[in-house]
Amino acid sequence: MTVAGDRLGPTIFERSRPGRGGGKVPHPPKDALARIPAGYLRAEGPRLPEVSEPELTRHYVNLSQLNYAVDTGFYPLGSCTMKYNPKIDEWAARLTGFAALHPLVPDALSQGTLQLLWELEAALAEIGGMKAVTLQPAAGAQGELTGILMVRAYHRSRGDADRTEVLVPDSAHGTNPATASMAGFRTVSIPSAPDGGVDVEAFRSALGPRTAAVMITNPSTLGLFEARLCELLDAVHEAGALAYMDGANLNAIMGRFKPGEAGFDVMHINVHKTFSTPHGGGGPGAGPVGVGEKLLPFLPSPRVLRSLDGSYRLEEPGERPASIGRVRAFVGNTGVLVRAYAYIRAHGAAGLCEVSEDAVLAANYLKARLSDVLDVPFSRPCMHEFVASSATLKLQTGIRTLDVAKRLIDYGFHPPTVYFPLTVEEALLIEPTETESIETLDAFVEALRGIVAEAHTDPEILQSAPHGSPVRRLDETMAARQPNLRWKAMTGSLAPCPD
Amino acid sequence: MAYGSHTTEDRARMLRTIGVGSVDDLFADIPASLRSSGLDLPAPESEAELSTRLLRLAERNRVDLISFLGAGAYRHFTPPVVDQLLLRGEFYTAYTPYQPEISQGTLQTIYEYQSLMAELTGLDVVSASHYDGATATAEAALMTCRATRRERVLVSAGVHPHYRETLRTYFGGTSLVADEIPLVTDGPAAGTTDMIALERMFADPELPVAGVVVANPSFLGLLEPMAEIGRLAHGAGALFVSVVEPVSLAVLATPGEYGADIAAGDGQPLGIPLAYGGPYLGILACREALVRGIPGRLVGMTADVDGRRAFVMTLRAREQDIRREKASSNICTNQALCALAASIYLAALGPHGLRDVAALGAARAAELETALAAAGAPRLHSGPYLNEFAVRVPNAKAIHSRLIGRGILAGLLLARVLPDDPSLADSLLVCATEVTTPEDIGVFGAALGEELIGAAGRAGAGRVRAGRGRAAGRQHGSGPSDVAGPGSTAQPGGAAR
Repeated sequence: MTVAGDRLGPTIFERSRPGRGGGKVPHPPKDALARIPAGYLRAEGPRLPEVSEPELTRHYVNLSQLNYAVDTGFYPLGSCTMKYNPKIDEWAARLTGFAALHPLVPDALSQGTLQLLWELEAALAEIGGMKAVTLQPAAGAQGELTGILMVRAYHRSRGDADRTEVLVPDSAHGTNPATASMAGFRTVSIPSAPDGGVDVEAFRSALGPRTAAVMITNPSTLGLFEARLCELLDAVHEAGALAYMDGANLNAIMGRFKPGEAGFDVMHINVHKTFSTPHGGGGPGAGPVGVGEKLLPFLPSPRVLRSLDGSYRLEEPGERPASIGRVRAFVGNTGVLVRAYAYIRAHGAAGLCEVSEDAVLAANYLKARLSDVLDVPFSRPCMHEFVASSATLKLQTGIRTLDVAKRLIDYGFHPPTVYFPLTVEEALLIEPTETESIETLDAFVEALRGIVAEAHTDPEILQSAPHGSPVRRLDETMAARQPNLRWKAMTGSLAPCPD
Repeated sequence: MAYGSHTTEDRARMLRTIGVGSVDDLFADIPASLRSSGLDLPAPESEAELSTRLLRLAERNRVDLISFLGAGAYRHFTPPVVDQLLLRGEFYTAYTPYQPEISQGTLQTIYEYQSLMAELTGLDVVSASHYDGATATAEAALMTCRATRRERVLVSAGVHPHYRETLRTYFGGTSLVADEIPLVTDGPAAGTTDMIALERMFADPELPVAGVVVANPSFLGLLEPMAEIGRLAHGAGALFVSVVEPVSLAVLATPGEYGADIAAGDGQPLGIPLAYGGPYLGILACREALVRGIPGRLVGMTADVDGRRAFVMTLRAREQDIRREKASSNICTNQALCALAASIYLAALGPHGLRDVAALGAARAAELETALAAAGAPRLHSGPYLNEFAVRVPNAKAIHSRLIGRGILAGLLLARVLPDDPSLADSLLVCATEVTTPEDIGVFGAALGEELIGAAGRAGAGRVRAGRGRAAGRQHGSGPSDVAGPGSTAQPGGAAR
């Protein structure tokens, strides 16, 4: 293996030289640790890297330049809603009053943040048509777990302990079945109908006294609104089960469809999708959960409450005994939630409705323009995203979706989500979001058109793509067979502090 | 719309291409009976108006007090280079590195994070991160059950109460049992995990123990006999989970050294803002033997087709998108940007800087202990601590509240988070870090001394001034009026740092 290549650099450990760095914090007195018995102390200091600040800066700036990001280009990663992240939101989260606030201060010192959280809960409840919202969950997946644990607590509170199953359509995100397992339920996977929607008959036959909840992603992971939702929700409630909505695709429906009004009992919201908090290279996000009347008593504690005098406070320990308890140490990913709050206030009702309209418009535009380039399995109008497929292309040329995706990188685009949902062969899930210009959408269409042409004339160039990226296709088998998960040749100094 | 790009003309062109008359036609699949009546939300705000609103909200928070509050979230100096680098859009506006060819920046930084945390904890494998210390601890406990195929975990009462509560929530969906190991009530080991009780808890043959979870330093700031606890755990065939604070690992014995199988903790002290509780950084590390049972993403080193060193997400067969209901956890993302912050912080501080942070906090804490004892608030326990400890303060709730009025946040009122432990009724948990100055300590000690003398005087005279009495007698945090009054504005000594 080499580290050659013009754009890759050394690891931070290879940059380390004894004696570099320093000047960040004052030195302690020499006897600072003398009062602690030696048995409690570590034998040798950690071999952290020693780098100067200029070296450190270049290391990370150079690394950043190996990334593709929303700030550098079009990122139509389906189901992830990679929209633009407004810069004022970054500024807001860094305001000292928000950023330096300790989570355990008495409520009198945190009135600004508590007010913000309270108002954000109210706004999200309005958008979701829910009675109340908890902001505690740190991510969508944790929101799911929170929601399903509340479902469990609800059935238990009614003495209904036999409900051991959660029904999930086969097109669902993997987090849905994984969540059901984590909450102690058995997952029953329900096949989709040929039109991509939920198969209401299949659900009806699976629903029964053992069903605790049904988890529905709406719009679905195929980008389709569940046209038979009314029937499905009626069947769920007739069976005594609760309806969970995976709100991953909320970006399509703001102002047009409120899950709570329609009859969903619980939903999570990914603020890093719909409300544009940055994805951060994989987090942090936040996964607030909205509930209807039935689940209100079970919300995680502590909730943010408003007193009659207009001040805000956190619930005291034990104040609401039916609560499922905490799902994390403190009240929420507040730094992320400040950004979501700013986004919602900037848009207001009219702006959020327009966000959904423009997101749906852009997706349908791309779908229309790509319909003579790739297979588009579902012809009805899509919501904010749609599934294309290179199944026909594969038959004709042997080129797979993976090759198309990798070649898109050479054309300067981030590939869509590929091979998901699992129910569509050679799937590409394409989500343009509302923040991309029509010129960008057109350029993406032309790129895909060019790639499909290449598949017929020069398939090898696709199979070996990408060519212009910092690295080319990786040996993932070697990574898994002989895992190298950390740098073992640490060279940082073990010597005691120099002065 | 604030951040959209479409002009009216663009929209018209798109509608024509789609072949529909209006955008409403695209929503035709929503059944009429389910269509909502619109949104009742405030009107849009320009950035100028919004920035004023946000500034005012931020100013309603009080971050100007001299603070001795820790209890799981710690004030530290973060070199500005950390945040400057986090503001690179290439980092913070990217997503999970699904396409490794154009995500080497994120992937390499996660690999480096894993390496740095392995070095700090003395363990082999570190996940790409979890949500926070509490969820990492809960995941660690679940790991022990999967690995041993046993269903009972013992958790020390010295683990952060919010972590224990989170663990119980996570266990709430399962048939698993979490029992609490009590703390020693008196003598030189008071406040640490009760090892005699622990040995008794192992005795139940019906319910063999999967894992033992102990924090070092404990929630009360005490150093625990980790090696001995680890030996007991292993003797019973259980795994040993250590809950750690990462800055302390610059100087304290590591989980690897004292034989822990898994370490969990919160990386917030490593350059991540307090931000009222998040986003933080869940650290989860384990021995090599447990690698296939650790939940969360892992990044490994490999090579590309040209033989160039490169990094990629690996061992993905543990994860939810592949394994669905059989995954080791439902966790999907990590806290990548927080892990990046911690990595940059560690590289900026270096080995000597991190040790200085830990040791200076310890030195300041010793000064704080002396000052508070002199003021009439002695330590509650006698065992060794690093930089956080509990003190006994008569009428702690009222004193804590009155000190806020003087611009001092006198740590955590322990009764607020542990209301059921009578031994902690009149006590404060205080901490010092490298940003605590001798002047801060002097101000705190002097003010506490005055308040304690004043309280004694008032009690002796048998009268309580109405205004103060009301403030002191109210429920904690029932409103801003808690700290209203003559002394409530920022004191000169409490200026923001």
